[in-house]
Amino acid sequence: MAVNDSGPPEIPLQDGDVVDLAAERRRSGVDEVLRALDQELVGLAPVKARIRQIAALLLVDSARARFGLSTNRPNLHMCFTGDPGTGKTTVALRMADLLKRLGYLERGHLVAVGREDLVGQYVGHTAPKTKEVLKRAMGGVLFIDEAYYLYRAENERDYGQESIEILLQVMENQRQDLVVILAGYKERMDTFFQANPGMSSRIAHHIDFPGYTLSELEQIGTLMITRAGYQLSPDACATFRDYLARRRQQPRFANARSVRNAIERARLRQASRLFDSHATQVSRDDLIGIQPEDFLASRVFTQSAEDVIDHA
Amino acid sequence: MHLTQGTFSHLPELTDDEIKAQVQYALDRGWPLSVEFTDDPHPRNTYWEMWGLPMFDLHDAAGVLFEVNECRKAYPERYIRVNAYDAAKGRQTTAVSFLVNRPAAEPGFRLDRQEAADRQIRYTTHSYATGRPTGRRYADPWP
Repeated sequence: MAVNDSGPPEIPLQDGDVVDLAAERRRSGVDEVLRALDQELVGLAPVKARIRQIAALLLVDSARARFGLSTNRPNLHMCFTGDPGTGKTTVALRMADLLKRLGYLERGHLVAVGREDLVGQYVGHTAPKTKEVLKRAMGGVLFIDEAYYLYRAENERDYGQESIEILLQVMENQRQDLVVILAGYKERMDTFFQANPGMSSRIAHHIDFPGYTLSELEQIGTLMITRAGYQLSPDACATFRDYLARRRQQPRFANARSVRNAIERARLRQASRLFDSHATQVSRDDLIGIQPEDFLASRVFTQSAEDVIDHA
Repeated sequence: MHLTQGTFSHLPELTDDEIKAQVQYALDRGWPLSVEFTDDPHPRNTYWEMWGLPMFDLHDAAGVLFEVNECRKAYPERYIRVNAYDAAKGRQTTAVSFLVNRPAAEPGFRLDRQEAADRQIRYTTHSYATGRPTGRRYADPWP
């Protein structure tokens, strides 16, 4: 239904006709999203490849629909697994945009929720709460972060189960109205799916987000610093790399999120360095430059791995 | 008798796609919508029963249609309407209100005349349906 809205008038094409796939592609603007995905997100090669596949499938499907070939809407519910800070939410946002451009979603907004938004606190509270969230997400993507918290194996009277049942029902019956994306750690998600086979079978695309390599993290960090209007001094580049290498080995490392926090703290230290230096004049270079000492003051360099706590 | 109340009531019945388009119009203007139902169709009965709470923060009409369909499932033989409330300062009123469901057979209204003092006549409309207890007003077929 949604597919037809965006296309030209629906007269089933005949055997001899052809569909201009390139024109369809231009009109939908898929390539812009894919290009933005390639350029703005560092690494994540398997994820990008998978999204390209999905985009191709959907584009070909809508061309097929014009010949009256496949009329049933493909299942688009997805599961994103990966460590924290690997870009799951960001990719979900792009996915919502992509699906809207291809005509599979009406609005293309993203509603990000967790267990507390779906599950109620007393009998009869859960169903209205879950339904309200589902209604808000209709026309877009419902992104459920750490979805495995919905199911608590140790408590069989947990209201999470009720929420899952409503979700399943809507995922099945209103596939044309919303796309559900579940996200979380790989292992815990697998356990969740084992306990809820109904959920697993309704999800067509399982996409695993690999952790970033050191050079990818460095690239992400440099990108963030440039976007914030700062610059690493040549010495600081090496220190930053060293910082990332050490931070990666420590517990509670949250990939890009930790990088962002590290940069935030470096900005704080840079500001107080300038503040405390009692310099009367500061140049533009002083204001945008981040020096090695802004990173070296971090506990990552001064403490052993065991007692570092990330204040993220 | 075909009940005519609210917006679009003199048009043929709206299809689901038309309802969806009207709801989307309201959403695009930032009006929250609500679903209400009743089996007392008197025009002065303004207080219909609420089907759930008014819906805020929706982006797409599918959410409202979902509730309309749930309500239709629960009360197929009642009048169901969709209201859109315009909360803008200076307006604060129902902007659109239209019927989305009606019983299969509508018995209509009777005009009552009451003779008052000085040969005055007072007129009252009486819904035949309210002659039966609520919940059974449209369940049994009307002759």
